[in-house]
Amino acid sequence: MRPSAKWTQLLILFLLIALLPLFFPSGYYFRVGALIFVNGLAVIGIVILTGYAGQISLGHAGFAGIGAYASALAPGHLGLHPLLAVVLGALVSAAVAWLVGRPILRLKGYYLAVASLGFGILVAMVLGNERALTGGPDGMAVPDPGLRDLLKDLGLKLTGGEFWYWCCGLCLLIGAWAALNLQASPTGRALRALHGSEVAARTVGIDVARLKLQAFTISAVYASVAGSLLAMQNRFITPDVAGFMHSIEMVTMAVLGGVGSVIGAIFGAVILTLLPQVLTVFADYEQMVLGAVMILVMIFLPEGLIPSLARKLRGRGE
Amino acid sequence: MDALMQFVFSGVTVGAVYALVALGFTIIYNASDVVNFAQGEFVMLGGMITVFAHLAGLPLPLAALGAILATAALGVALNRLAIEPARGAPVVSVIIITIGASILIRGAAQLIFDKQLHGLPAFSGDDPIRVMGATILPQSLWVIGGALAVFVGLWAFFTRTLTGKAVLATSNNRTAAQLVGINTGWVMTLAFGLSAAIGALAGVLVTPITLVSYDVGVGLALKGFAAAMLGGMGNPKGALAGGILLGLFEALTAGYVSSHYKEAVAFIVILGVLFAMPQGLFGRAGTERV
Repeated sequence: MRPSAKWTQLLILFLLIALLPLFFPSGYYFRVGALIFVNGLAVIGIVILTGYAGQISLGHAGFAGIGAYASALAPGHLGLHPLLAVVLGALVSAAVAWLVGRPILRLKGYYLAVASLGFGILVAMVLGNERALTGGPDGMAVPDPGLRDLLKDLGLKLTGGEFWYWCCGLCLLIGAWAALNLQASPTGRALRALHGSEVAARTVGIDVARLKLQAFTISAVYASVAGSLLAMQNRFITPDVAGFMHSIEMVTMAVLGGVGSVIGAIFGAVILTLLPQVLTVFADYEQMVLGAVMILVMIFLPEGLIPSLARKLRGRGE
Repeated sequence: MDALMQFVFSGVTVGAVYALVALGFTIIYNASDVVNFAQGEFVMLGGMITVFAHLAGLPLPLAALGAILATAALGVALNRLAIEPARGAPVVSVIIITIGASILIRGAAQLIFDKQLHGLPAFSGDDPIRVMGATILPQSLWVIGGALAVFVGLWAFFTRTLTGKAVLATSNNRTAAQLVGINTGWVMTLAFGLSAAIGALAGVLVTPITLVSYDVGVGLALKGFAAAMLGGMGNPKGALAGGILLGLFEALTAGYVSSHYKEAVAFIVILGVLFAMPQGLFGRAGTERV
């Protein structure tokens, strides 16, 4: 990717995050925006794993669960500052991803999908069953990181919604920047070679196993931080965060927007996060619409919305 | 000893259901190399349609037959409308499509029927049969018998009939199958219809024991998939053995280890099998062509 393309994408993202609040009619939209950014962050992880490296995971919500519960548990049990808890969650997720990824990533296609799915469900099950620690399926409260009070002392008064909007927006920008850098790096090129053909990549001297493991671990960290942010802004968390449906949502968002492109995938997160908000009136139809959207996009826009539309706009020049 | 027998009976019953779901997976996988994540919804539909047709006054056998035929038709429609148009798409896309179909069907079922749990009367009464110090419900025998009958039928179909061999040929190499005159479009229709019908049959048989609601499909699909993988994808013998084994593992875990982690067994089995012998019990090793 040309360097200018990278900065264009980041600039578009920055402007969207910075200017959208001007059009928000109420504080509620800050909450929705923050949710979109959190989902977008998790989805960037999927882009690195699926879009760059061509590997599937149907269990990434497991890492979101680890991040979320690290934020919920570490401050109370280990006396860690909530921000350090986020870091701890990311480290644990990375370690787990590294350990689980070694055997799992030898698998391909459906086998990899199901192995990762099994991993995610096991995490959700442990979180739901260890009631003494996690409160079981009812969930548990999450301590506030206290950053908003800090800003207040500095003279910057933000509502909870506004604070998390800017905080998650910033995290999303950093995440997107890192992912775009990775894409342009030699590692990124190696990942795409691996995506094209594993055998061919190996013959030109790429350490395929190590590279896949790196992509898996990095994407797990994205999911974990997203999980932590979600837990802290909601101040409450249930094992659903690690559930099968959440994993599916992540992958669907990425594939819907365009799994090969960071901006596209974030756009997918925008659509799938807004869908339930728009459909609240038709809550009964929400699932049907979601299912239909998944099928239709995959059939008619297999590369995802943004890349397919971009190609249409550019005409046949590309 | 009595307790063990009891666990074995309940394990084999549940395992027979998993086996039926796994057999459904196997047929579609054999014909098209697609793993259909909506397989569990066929089971749900089999149960739900029968329940509501029965409530509407149809006699039970007629309601069950109607449910199986309707579900088979839906399976065919799924292939025509969602799987065929995306042929040649990467695995991720196909996974998303079948999961999308599963969410769509579940959403529709919740709207058309309701969110309640429903049961059916047992086919041959509710008096437990005493065997070797333990008891087994007559309905369990129906479920186990159903799984065995479907297995034998499929085995004969794939090895003894020309149509069955056409299905296998299509899965091996679609273009070559077309070249020797196999109507591969029809083979796919057949595979999806048959697979959906088997799923619906499982739903009809098991509803008197476990009840049915709009959301039972996901769990069953995952368990059925675990069973198919344990036995080796694409192999009916493996699907049957994998299903029964998985049911036994679950029942024994619930009985002797922890009922909380009963549900975890399937996934531990999946992970274990994939690490130790990715081809499953009856599978063959494959090689990648460049």
